[in-house]
Amino acid sequence: MTTLVETETLDLAARFPGSAAADTRPGYSDWIVNKDKLVEVATTLRDEFGYDLLSHVTGVDYFPDKMEVVYEAFKTTGGPGVLFKVQVPRVDPIEVPSVTPIWPGAEFQEREIWDLYGIKFTNHPDLRRILMWEGFEGHPLRKDWHEPFYEEDFKPLKSRWPDGKYVSSEDKNPYKDNLQFPQNFDPEKVKIDGEAPLYDTLQKYTTVDGGIKTDHIIVNMGPQHPSTHGVFRAAVVLDGETIVSLKPVMGYLHRNHEKIGERNTFLQNMPYTDRLDYFNSMSNNWGYSLAVEKLMNIKVAERAEYLRVIMAELSRIQNHLILIGMLLNDLGAYFTPALYAFEERELILDIFEATSGTRMMCNYHRFGGVSRDLPEGVLEKIRGLVEDRLPRKADEFDRLLTENEIFISRMKGVKVMDAEDAVKYSITGPVLRAAGVPYDVRRAQPYGIYDRFDFDVALRHNGDLYDNYLIRLDEIRQSIRILQQAVKQMPEGPINSQKPQYQVRVPAGEAYGRIEAPKGELGYYVISTGKPNPWRYHVRAPSFINITALEKMCVGKKIADFVVILGVLDIVLGELDR
Amino acid sequence: MTDNKELNSPGYEIPEDLQHAVSITTIDRLYNWGRRWSVWPMMFGLACCAIEMIAAQAARYDLARFGMEVMRPSPRQSDLMIVAGTVTKKMIPAIVRLYNQMPEPKYVVAMGACASGGGPFKEGYNVVAGVDKFVPVDVYIPGCPPTPQALTAGLMKLQEKIDKESIRKVRWYQKGADSVELPIPVLGPDLMDPRRYNEIKMLAAKPAEPATESKA
Amino acid sequence: MYGKGIIKGLGVTLKRFADTYLDDIQWWGRRYYKAEGIAHRSSKDTRGVFTVQYPEEKLPVPEEFRYVPFLVYDDGTDGGKEVRCTSCGICAKVCPPQCIWIVRSNDPQTGRPIPEPTEFFIDADICMNCGFCAEYCPFDAIIMDHDYEIASYQRNVFNMQQLLKPASYYKSIRPLNYQRNDEERRAKEAAKAAKAGAAS
Repeated sequence: MTTLVETETLDLAARFPGSAAADTRPGYSDWIVNKDKLVEVATTLRDEFGYDLLSHVTGVDYFPDKMEVVYEAFKTTGGPGVLFKVQVPRVDPIEVPSVTPIWPGAEFQEREIWDLYGIKFTNHPDLRRILMWEGFEGHPLRKDWHEPFYEEDFKPLKSRWPDGKYVSSEDKNPYKDNLQFPQNFDPEKVKIDGEAPLYDTLQKYTTVDGGIKTDHIIVNMGPQHPSTHGVFRAAVVLDGETIVSLKPVMGYLHRNHEKIGERNTFLQNMPYTDRLDYFNSMSNNWGYSLAVEKLMNIKVAERAEYLRVIMAELSRIQNHLILIGMLLNDLGAYFTPALYAFEERELILDIFEATSGTRMMCNYHRFGGVSRDLPEGVLEKIRGLVEDRLPRKADEFDRLLTENEIFISRMKGVKVMDAEDAVKYSITGPVLRAAGVPYDVRRAQPYGIYDRFDFDVALRHNGDLYDNYLIRLDEIRQSIRILQQAVKQMPEGPINSQKPQYQVRVPAGEAYGRIEAPKGELGYYVISTGKPNPWRYHVRAPSFINITALEKMCVGKKIADFVVILGVLDIVLGELDR
Repeated sequence: MTDNKELNSPGYEIPEDLQHAVSITTIDRLYNWGRRWSVWPMMFGLACCAIEMIAAQAARYDLARFGMEVMRPSPRQSDLMIVAGTVTKKMIPAIVRLYNQMPEPKYVVAMGACASGGGPFKEGYNVVAGVDKFVPVDVYIPGCPPTPQALTAGLMKLQEKIDKESIRKVRWYQKGADSVELPIPVLGPDLMDPRRYNEIKMLAAKPAEPATESKA
Repeated sequence: MYGKGIIKGLGVTLKRFADTYLDDIQWWGRRYYKAEGIAHRSSKDTRGVFTVQYPEEKLPVPEEFRYVPFLVYDDGTDGGKEVRCTSCGICAKVCPPQCIWIVRSNDPQTGRPIPEPTEFFIDADICMNCGFCAEYCPFDAIIMDHDYEIASYQRNVFNMQQLLKPASYYKSIRPLNYQRNDEERRAKEAAKAAKAGAAS
């Protein structure tokens, strides 16, 4: 690696004259890079400027003339990131060079862009559809592609009011269902084998050279499997019990979040974000409100900042507790730890329910603040939990599990990831920190009021399964620390700096809001054109990006370890498939 | 327990000195009573609702009180499929297959708005607007997500339904009514239900209406 | 020592087992089927059996709890139902999954819109319980319900008759909100009357 250039301002235009220019559109920032120079620019950014963590890659369809691919990279040492874009004319075939050789973490994201936008990445190792199945007609996120239940480009829909006679969407569609087919399509003549490309990819692993006649077998785990934590599927090539290769197959819970998000108004997206990582709706809200507040350029009410911290940290605690409980379930300890974890979770959910109205889908944030203040007595309850009960229970989990010999022999020394690879694969969150990289968005680029609290970034160094478990306990304890301070410091005052309004005005521009969600860096890339609806609404889902390295983590290990690795990766399907 | 009382068939007089030792019931009642308290759900979660389903199984709501704590990961050992979450086009072939693999008698509960009718994601291109388009649903539980208590209320509704069954009428004991396997949907350019191939062919041949036509 | 961790873990489980009986004895007769007992079992001091014996005892829902929305009507002076909704359409516009359908009619004589909606539908199988409709309704006409026991044997599309519930029900489930809204309404009416008085 060449020595890093220590400059505060990064001037790509000066470094690459003629092939990089500043993005001068109003509300936009950073750089537009020439397609041919992309790989070179990316390599330079990583090696010379130290932007080693590629946060997200996504496409934007500037209908009708161009497509854009947006990259954003950060330094693991902290600070703001660099955003660079490639623009290509909107004429098929649309081709952009792949950055997967530079940042392997881009692999699945580029597949997603191919799937949803139809942008081909040249030099990509395995460009298949990822969320939709092979053979699906069209690239859904293109602005001129409409789904079967399409009514209008933007909500609110005119058919609802003032002449809103109830007609179900089915009745409006010729197939009387959520279906559409190409002209003159005959289902009996067309045979599509959506699985073929997957097995083609795995084919090269199945042949075995050498003396005795032996075979590798392909086992499909999921989409219905008790330990895949939802409808996740992995096609595993096995040599006996050892994993030779593994390809995650996803999209079984692809709920078209981004397409719906671009039709919603800015506010309407808020409850949809709840359903991404459905364990942590409180932190999902935050990332989105950060992005939109950045665009609107508004301040958040002081009390609301504290409420946000309290809710997000409580959410982190219950998330990690569930992870530990379920992990033990996967390991064969059956239900006891999971039941214990769910007890604490219920107490935390009681607080969410009393404050926001529901246990899981809180829909708590509003732009500029939160929706409701704490009802009477809830602050006392929170205080009771964070001062007394949760520290006690964290210790109890420690006693229950940490020294258990069976647990240790299953977990200790089973390497998940080392630091260098973890950064390459864009892994964020506890898994990255367990590998020894002290990267936590709350410290790397503090948002909200995290700079006011005294807490440590939990860090472990071995990167094995056991460390991944321990770091969760550490994080629970750090969260309790933050909570204890927040509850003490919380001021009185209004809970929203804005007037309640259902149609917010968002100036044109782009914004990326990111937070340290319990599962990693959760970010929202939002583009506004000044209209009531976002033009682009992209979710940088930590589960999705962390899973990119799953194959790397599992190869050479036993099939039983795969279940545990998946457990500590802490995926949640709502977010993974979106 | 009140249910034991229900189990006793009234209508027949039991002599007083035998009342503590003899109880009369009908086969139907005994059969339904046994069934209603041992509904084993399949360990099958799709999305957000699955977490509430797990919460209902956990300590606070404890479905074990209803004999429903035995979550079986295999469809072969389960009586009840709680469709907990958004059903997508990519997943529905697997769901129908699982349903086919369940032995009869089998029940389906659509938990939450998504499974019942598509829910907030209904407009999405990869979403099946209600699992009842492919498998018969016994109880629908609205809510997004239904709280564990709402789920329990829904499962009690299922128990009520089981109570009304009669061994002579249930479809799985009818002559010649061997469980017919549902055809597995196929993934083509869009989701294709084999039962509707002709219809799809006919409709696709029609000149497209501009309002619903899509340009891929 | 090998096995120490396992023994320690088993100790935790054993302690919790013992706690069950200790807590039962301590709270003898008050632990189950009583509001006080349920509150204790939902507090930070709970030990032992955590289960709420639904349906015999129900976990009380907090005031802000939201399920499917309903429409509020006031009892009219002539015994009729005065529907609060004015079919302004804000709920239908703000609804994220667009599950509200409202028909607003015009007076055949004057041609002006009639405030009361002619038809009002909520598709409960689309509704995401987000609460926006109730939050942004300027007339407190649509409120999130507390009734979650609405499982049924068919799909649920609620029409106006099914959605209407009296204001007294609203008061019973959300006393604090009701009181606040009521005060606001009174203040508004008083201001209006004062204005009208000043004008005449």
